[in-house]
Amino acid sequence: MTKSELIQRIAELNPHLYHRDVERIVTTVFEEISAALARGDRVELRGFGAFSVKQRAARVGRNPRTGAAVQVAEKHIPFFKTGKLLRERMNENS
Amino acid sequence: MAARTVTRADLSEAVYQEVGLSRNESADLVESVLNEISDALVRGEMVKLSSFGSFAVRQKGERVGRNPKTGEEVPILPRRVLVFRASHVLKNRINSALSRSNG
Repeated sequence: MTKSELIQRIAELNPHLYHRDVERIVTTVFEEISAALARGDRVELRGFGAFSVKQRAARVGRNPRTGAAVQVAEKHIPFFKTGKLLRERMNENS
Repeated sequence: MAARTVTRADLSEAVYQEVGLSRNESADLVESVLNEISDALVRGEMVKLSSFGSFAVRQKGERVGRNPKTGEEVPILPRRVLVFRASHVLKNRINSALSRSNG
């Protein structure tokens, strides 16, 4: 499923809404999550999952081809942990 | 700046501010977005949200695990797990925002 298919689906479930508004709703949800992560905040959506940002320390890496040491700066990685309900639903009939 | 936790209520509020539907309907729509994504994943579909990231379902085979407390061997059954890969757009946004604020 792509973002446009998701928008299409929400639009079908809500025929009273303008397609343009459904687009804004879906975009706003992911924009809010992105903005929260960019502030370093955590986003917790019970049953679905939680997004957080993990910090990776600066380190000395190595160019695998030349063996030269290179400085790798500190970086931040977005991380998602699946919620309990979704995890269980994905494994219901296995 | 202490990190806070953003919840459904914050997402609903943002939709309410942005689109101008009632607070109740905004909350229902946020729920509906999460439900549609969940349903697709439960069906085993991949969900790709451009400029945000993608969720993929991965099948894990059975393996032998160990209870870390007792050392006892226990089988870990085959299962499906969800992996999220953030898009480059999101990764870059987070890194440029957070490295700037840290110094």
